[in-house]
Amino acid sequence: MTERVRVAVIGGGPAGLTAAAALAPSVAGDVLVLEREVETGGIPRHSDHPGYGLRDLRRFMSGPEYARRLTGSAREAGARLETEAMVTGWAGPRTLEVTSPRGRRLVEADAVVLATGARERPRPARLIAGDRPDGVYTTGQLQNLVHLHHREVGRRAVIVGAELVSWSAVLTLHEAGCRTVLMTSEYDKPEAYTAFRVPGRLAFGVLVRARTRVVAIHGKGRVTSVEIENLDTGQRHRVPCDTVITTGDWIPDHELARAAGLDLDEGTRGPRVDTSLATSVPGVFAAGNLLHPVDTADVAALDGRHVAAAVLGHLAGEPAPGGGVPLVAEAPLRWVAPQLVRPGGPPPSRGKLLLWSDAFRTLPRVTATQDGRVLGRARLPWPAAPGRVFRVPYSLVAGADPAGGPVRLTLA
Amino acid sequence: MTSYDVAVIGGGIVGSAIARLLGGADLSVALLEARGDVGDGTSKANTAILHTGFDAKPGTLESRLVARGYHLLGEYAAATGIPVERTGALLVAWSQEQLDALPGLRDKAARNGYTACEIVDAAEVRRRVPALGPGALGGLTVPGESVICTWTTNLALATDAVNRGVRLLRGHRVTAVHQGADATRLTTTAGEVTARWVVNAAGLGADRLDALFGHDRFTVTPRRGELLVFDKLARPLAPCIVLPVPSSAGKGVLVSPTIYGNVMVGPTAEDLSDRTATGTSEAGLAFLWEKAAALMPALTEEEVTATYAGLRASAGRDDYLIDLDAGQRYLLVGGIRSTGLTAGMAIAEHVAGLLGEHLDLAQRAGLPAPPRMPNLGEAFTRPYQDAAAIAADPEYGRVVCFCERVTRGELRDALASPVPPADLEGLRRRTRVMNGRCQGFYCGARVREIFEGENE
Ligand SMILES: Cc1cc2nc3c(=O)[nH]c(=O)nc-3n(C[C@H](O)[C@H](O)[C@H](O)COP(=O)(O)OP(=O)(O)OC[C@H]3O[C@@H](n4cnc5c(N)ncnc54)[C@H](O)[C@@H]3O)c2cc1C
Ligand SMILES: Cc1cc2nc3c(=O)[nH]c(=O)nc-3n(C[C@H](O)[C@H](O)[C@H](O)COP(=O)(O)OP(=O)(O)OC[C@H]3O[C@@H](n4cnc5c(N)ncnc54)[C@H](O)[C@@H]3O)c2cc1C
Repeated sequence: MTERVRVAVIGGGPAGLTAAAALAPSVAGDVLVLEREVETGGIPRHSDHPGYGLRDLRRFMSGPEYARRLTGSAREAGARLETEAMVTGWAGPRTLEVTSPRGRRLVEADAVVLATGARERPRPARLIAGDRPDGVYTTGQLQNLVHLHHREVGRRAVIVGAELVSWSAVLTLHEAGCRTVLMTSEYDKPEAYTAFRVPGRLAFGVLVRARTRVVAIHGKGRVTSVEIENLDTGQRHRVPCDTVITTGDWIPDHELARAAGLDLDEGTRGPRVDTSLATSVPGVFAAGNLLHPVDTADVAALDGRHVAAAVLGHLAGEPAPGGGVPLVAEAPLRWVAPQLVRPGGPPPSRGKLLLWSDAFRTLPRVTATQDGRVLGRARLPWPAAPGRVFRVPYSLVAGADPAGGPVRLTLA
Repeated sequence: MTSYDVAVIGGGIVGSAIARLLGGADLSVALLEARGDVGDGTSKANTAILHTGFDAKPGTLESRLVARGYHLLGEYAAATGIPVERTGALLVAWSQEQLDALPGLRDKAARNGYTACEIVDAAEVRRRVPALGPGALGGLTVPGESVICTWTTNLALATDAVNRGVRLLRGHRVTAVHQGADATRLTTTAGEVTARWVVNAAGLGADRLDALFGHDRFTVTPRRGELLVFDKLARPLAPCIVLPVPSSAGKGVLVSPTIYGNVMVGPTAEDLSDRTATGTSEAGLAFLWEKAAALMPALTEEEVTATYAGLRASAGRDDYLIDLDAGQRYLLVGGIRSTGLTAGMAIAEHVAGLLGEHLDLAQRAGLPAPPRMPNLGEAFTRPYQDAAAIAADPEYGRVVCFCERVTRGELRDALASPVPPADLEGLRRRTRVMNGRCQGFYCGARVREIFEGENE
């Protein structure tokens, strides 16, 4: 069976729901959101703590409340939301294979928006050796267990990573009656904002150890300890615990993007997009954490709003823009998103380029050069730090010569 | 207390195959397994290759039983739905010495009765496996080598045994043996079991059990093999099994597609003393990562979805140790090290041959048909892809595990099957649930809930 829709949005998280809400009123025909979970809302659904909605809704609310709001807005705007509907592959450039309890079918769309989000790398992907006991989770699974399924976790946890999401894990563990005895970070300093770290330490007594890594997990049925290594001295010791949470270290859910043969970016591992969020395949667009693993939910949502213009342009028959100047992030910058500046293209969402830095800079200076010429330079009042997105004004690269070579972004 | 004609100890592939075969005769049979589930020992953690036996030591029992098992299991797989992919293998020579060894290997294969091997040049090697790292000098093809699902194999055999009336006693670790005039009393962690005949197929524990029967003839050395499993997105890189040329240092590391659509690199080979050391090691993982980078550089750009280790039961000899002691009414199946998945059904046949001199093993009429196993293979239609299955039962359209695309219907079926899983690990082996790239990030909590029967 084949169903025809005007726009298919894959993923009903903040990015997909907001894109659908922005598109539905202006599109004649169906805007269909396909979500594989039982409910729409994406990750915020099981992230039951405040911290959502600031930039897009100008409010501060809990994850589940935010998820409900975005779902309501998309529905009111006239989008069709289908849950327990998983896109499992492609039968054509814009034709999706969909499985749901209602059947197996094809959905053919004039435009597709990929908003499949990102997940944390689990323990095997981090090559942590040792036994395979119960009690090792990502933050995502932990929050699922505790908030949606009201499960017990252990009593003493070690958290691998000290990103923003790692503190989210601390909160969840605390609620579940599990003490975080240690957080490890391979960086010189824990990644997350001092604003989290200091109260975190005071409120929960969490010890954060920089320049350490977990090298092994021990325990047969259940975790009994982890072995940690000091990266500078090589010294190791065992920390008794019954729970290990691997946090952060994101990877986009790029399976469909890869299966579609979209150009991917080596840094983000998501699709390469221009500032309008068009991918390398005409009529296929992308938004949210699939493009920048990982930023906050409101930024993903604003992507969803931003992508609508390009989708409408495509539906109106505007040809896919060609050419464009690639943006290249140089170490210690790991990636930049979007990656392409096209002549006549719009500025990116919020007028910001998103970058990831592997090093700390308190007053970072970013320089953009093209063919050896400095295009722009800025000293930013906010720090660049591993573990969270670093935002840079688009104005730095706006003057790029459309006929020139790649624009290189460096951090000093 | 029930007394059985035969007690088979060990619910791995070998013990399950034996119990299934004996269960077809007019005998009462018990299958005793120490752990909570069948297939929870060596049989769950191997490289899952259905071997032709081309490189076995000619003239050994192992060589004969691997070659025979290859056909038996191949046929049984077709009858039960155990997924098999006939990928073929390519032995790759990376040095002149290895290149020089290829003709000898081809001849050895022929002495094992396998004549389909061909020597190919470097260009052909590259054509067959374009993603191979630089430096391959030539290769030997083994068209028959295949990948199979070890979990389904073990489960099919055990299920078949149960359907034939074999009493499956899980959680029964044999701790003592009392031999009487007509029967042997086995003390287990869950009570006593008496049987006229006892078959020891206890894998890593076979030597200890053998000692309880008063023997002192071999020691099992656990030889650890660690493995890296790469994401399914890597699968196009490995169109066939890429084998190393064996050297004095052992079989070496292979790159293999898995039946679940992943790519596997391993195993290592390391003799240990701890028979419970199924953890991975830092050195092992680092070594495999280096190997992956050399054998297939593009792999290192892919995600690792799993790492694991299995223990081969090495008995310090070049052959299986299968021996019947008529006086004791006791049969040992020991030293089934690195080929037992393939050989299991042939081992059972061999064992039946030995026992047949003492017991009537004529197969009963009207045996139940072999069980139809759920397909876990990526190359064949899975329920989530099957419009007709979903139309008939919407639960096959309800995807629970997104990475492996396991549906609620499959979880339900596994939980209601004749040999239901004892824990989440068992559910993983029956359905692939939570085995994917996210390792439970999305579905872990829900699967636990389903397993524990809430929200039913
Ligand atoms: C533990 C944790 C705590 C966090 N805390 C905060 C916080 O306090 N504040 C904040 O702003 N952000 C927070 N974040 C980040 C925030 O959740 C993300 O930025 C946001 O969810 C990204 O939105 P998205 O729409 O891009 O992706 P997602 O929310 O991941 O949504 C993607 C959706 O796509 C669906 N999908 C994927 N593939 C398919 C397919 N093939 N077929 C159908 N559907 C599919 C998924 O099921 C999912 O619902 C947190 C994240 C985590 C993991
Ligand atoms: C890394 C690796 C790669 C391999 N690759 C392949 C391959 O590609 N192809 C192939 O054909 N073979 C392969 N093998 C070999 C194959 O896995 C084994 O030969 C096979 O699984 C052995 O099965 P088994 O039934 O003898 O042992 P097991 O599966 O170990 O079963 C023995 C059972 O006995 C139980 N037990 C032990 N002691 C007692 C007791 N006292 N009381 C009750 N129960 C007891 C154990 O719990 C266990 O479940 C590989 C092995 C390894 C480790």
